[in-house]
Amino acid sequence: MESTIIKSIGYNAYFGTNHVVKNVNMEIARNKAIAVMGPSGCGKTTFLRGINRMHELIPDATANGQILLDGEDVLEMHPIFVRLKIGMVFQRPNPFPNLSIYDNVIAGYLLNGIKLPKAEKDIIVEKSLTKVALWNEVKDSLVKKGSFLSGGQQQRLCIARAVAMEPEVLLFDEPTSALDPISTSTVEELFHELKRNYTLIIVTHNMQQAARVSDLTAFFYMGELVEYDDTKVMFTNPKDSRTQNYITGRFS
Amino acid sequence: MSTLIKYRIGKSFAFKGLIILLSVACVVPLLFILVYIIQAGITKINWHFLTNLPKPVGEAGGGVLNALLGSVIIITVASLIAIPFGIFCGIYLSENKNTKLAYWCRLCVDVLQGVPSIVIGLIAYLWFVKPVGSFSALSGSIALAIMMLPIIIRSTEETLLLLPNSLREAAFALGMPFHRVILKVIVPCGISGILSGVMLSVARITGETAPLLFTAFGNNFLEFNITKPMQSLPLLIFNYATSPYNEWHDLAWGASCILLIWVLLLNIFTKLITRKWKVQL
Amino acid sequence: MDKSLNNENITRSSLKLERVIVSDKTSSIVKGAKRIRRSQQQIRTESIFKNTLVIISIFIIVVVFAILLTLFWQSIPAIKLTGISYLWGKVWDPVKDVFGVYPFILGTLLTSFLALIISIPFSFSVAIFLGEYFPKGTLSDLLKNTVELIAAVPSVIYGFWGLAVLVPIVRGFEAQIGVQTIGLGIFTSSVILAIMIIPYAASLGRSMIQMVPSNLKEAAYALGATRWEVIRSIIFPYTKSGLFAGVMLSLGRALGETMAVTMVIGNTSLIPKNIFSPGNTMASVIANEFTEADHPVYLSALIELGLVLFVVTVVINMIGKRFIKGFSNT
Repeated sequence: MESTIIKSIGYNAYFGTNHVVKNVNMEIARNKAIAVMGPSGCGKTTFLRGINRMHELIPDATANGQILLDGEDVLEMHPIFVRLKIGMVFQRPNPFPNLSIYDNVIAGYLLNGIKLPKAEKDIIVEKSLTKVALWNEVKDSLVKKGSFLSGGQQQRLCIARAVAMEPEVLLFDEPTSALDPISTSTVEELFHELKRNYTLIIVTHNMQQAARVSDLTAFFYMGELVEYDDTKVMFTNPKDSRTQNYITGRFS
Repeated sequence: MSTLIKYRIGKSFAFKGLIILLSVACVVPLLFILVYIIQAGITKINWHFLTNLPKPVGEAGGGVLNALLGSVIIITVASLIAIPFGIFCGIYLSENKNTKLAYWCRLCVDVLQGVPSIVIGLIAYLWFVKPVGSFSALSGSIALAIMMLPIIIRSTEETLLLLPNSLREAAFALGMPFHRVILKVIVPCGISGILSGVMLSVARITGETAPLLFTAFGNNFLEFNITKPMQSLPLLIFNYATSPYNEWHDLAWGASCILLIWVLLLNIFTKLITRKWKVQL
Repeated sequence: MDKSLNNENITRSSLKLERVIVSDKTSSIVKGAKRIRRSQQQIRTESIFKNTLVIISIFIIVVVFAILLTLFWQSIPAIKLTGISYLWGKVWDPVKDVFGVYPFILGTLLTSFLALIISIPFSFSVAIFLGEYFPKGTLSDLLKNTVELIAAVPSVIYGFWGLAVLVPIVRGFEAQIGVQTIGLGIFTSSVILAIMIIPYAASLGRSMIQMVPSNLKEAAYALGATRWEVIRSIIFPYTKSGLFAGVMLSLGRALGETMAVTMVIGNTSLIPKNIFSPGNTMASVIANEFTEADHPVYLSALIELGLVLFVVTVVINMIGKRFIKGFSNT
């Protein structure tokens, strides 16, 4: 039984007059991991940032079309609601440097001014850190600043921070490109766990990664969604010649 | 050929010597000035000096209590006015780099920074003293606040611009509204830079006399009402230093020394805060 | 919201195995409802906050324009009386309502430029010393801190020191070279101003010199240039506009400086005969006479002087800032 959680209908995104995402139509099913790949500058990150309305934080950036989240158009909603439902993890780990590890996990509550009893906070912190396999590593140093962790740990902390808000969708913008190979594999393993509770959309420029972690793969080229299919099909039997060129390494 | 090289090397050495000579010749006398001021003033400072009002001409003793408290009050009120305005404007400028409003605002801040302090004093007189009909500490505070603004605005803006954009994105992605992103994430992360700007602006206005001449005006008695004329340390130094009486000169030296120590302490504190409160990014 | 909650329960409860997850989701949805109600409040606060920022920024602009307009508005009576001849009238006699500010403009220019001439060799030396020869180390820290200290001393204290120490020295000097021995005057003011502006030009010059890319300098060294030649043919040309900006900003500060000058310049409205004569600057006239101005036109004439001072210093400062910007853009 597959239900659609995100549906993009004729979505366009612009930087000023520069048309970077062109007429994207895409349906994303609940509790799947979707990889979005393509050469740099193809609009994949912009599309991702469009889903939770981060795109418009950039001056001069505009968008039109529809992105439906559970049937509701996120472009019509206030960005705050969208972002509470759609969490995001960035290319570089960005824990809040002024907060402890503990506070970083519940940053979404803390900094939004949502007051929770201590017991509940403890549960959220433990649950979130366990989900990202970080609990055992940091449970004794929760009061330390988040910036003391290693890069991979920081990135998992950022995932925990997003997970703690219990969103429905998690967006990953090249989440491992700033990490070493070991940390990368830890994060990739996480994806399999996270998929049970959340829908994952992962932008990556690494084809192997896309093949390893995703159920479906979308290929963007020059702002267009060229092909969107089952990952296996995509890598073994791509329909579009541009996809074929990309996965066989004919694009620089 | 080799004589030419020797000549060139010699010339280079001579220039280095000249630079060192001039630097030393510049700095050593300046250090002597500081030492002179401290020496002339430090002997005058004692408990009596700090807790008494000035005596009339001809009587020995007396202190600068009214000026000391007046300075504290005037500067506190000025800070209360300037800090929120300055920080908020700095936030606007750092968050909206390319709007027309930001352009004009930046231009005006630049202009404000160059306005001579005496002109600010004139303005405060025309705006707050003339219509009310009486000199007041409040008008002096406002004049000083106008002088603090550009320093606070600029340091806030520059500090916040240095923060990585990823911080803002992290906060926005958690569904935080704009004001919380700014007040809970951006400002706390840049707090050391903002605070050092605030401290510097306070240090800067502590010794300002010109804006107070026609606003706070001075007062030989203790005064706590900010709508009345009030004495301040720089005003006292100016009035007593230009008087012909030796007793008053002594008071002025003592006051100069206090003012100097105050300003130096502020500068040292600024450095400590910048180091201590720096958020490791 | 309630409906979707029910739907969720119905679809999920058919799968008994997932009961744990169901309870998890339900609680999250209830929490979500709470969150959304809070968020509506947040959105309101958000727009208030954004508007506050805009209003405060507009307010800053309004203040600056109001300053200019007030000065202009209040100068109108004097402008009506004297017209443009205000600027080159040689006599300032408020009792007879004669307002010519030429002596003060001359006094201001003399003190400021003399101060610049005195300070430039020293401030550039300190800048080169700190920027090129000794950028790090105890010696440079000492020098740097001293320069910062000098910048922090309030001007009224410099004025007092000038009265107590410098004036007698200048008087002795004047006696030796055989001019009138007053001690107070243009020259004394210039020396004090020079001391006050050295730190500005020095610290700005230092940062400019440190910004010279080291590969440029290395290229010159590799060709066999001496240190002096590198400074002359690489550092000077590269930092030219920055050093000029430093000079302009110091000039702006010297022009507007009030207290120290007021205390040692001698305060006379006569045209200074030579650099040892007493005089007055625009700022010192305002400081001295403003509270004595007993009739409206007199007051207005002083405000007009403030307007002239405002315009001149702002123009000088803007030129300086332009050059700094031009420098950091290259």
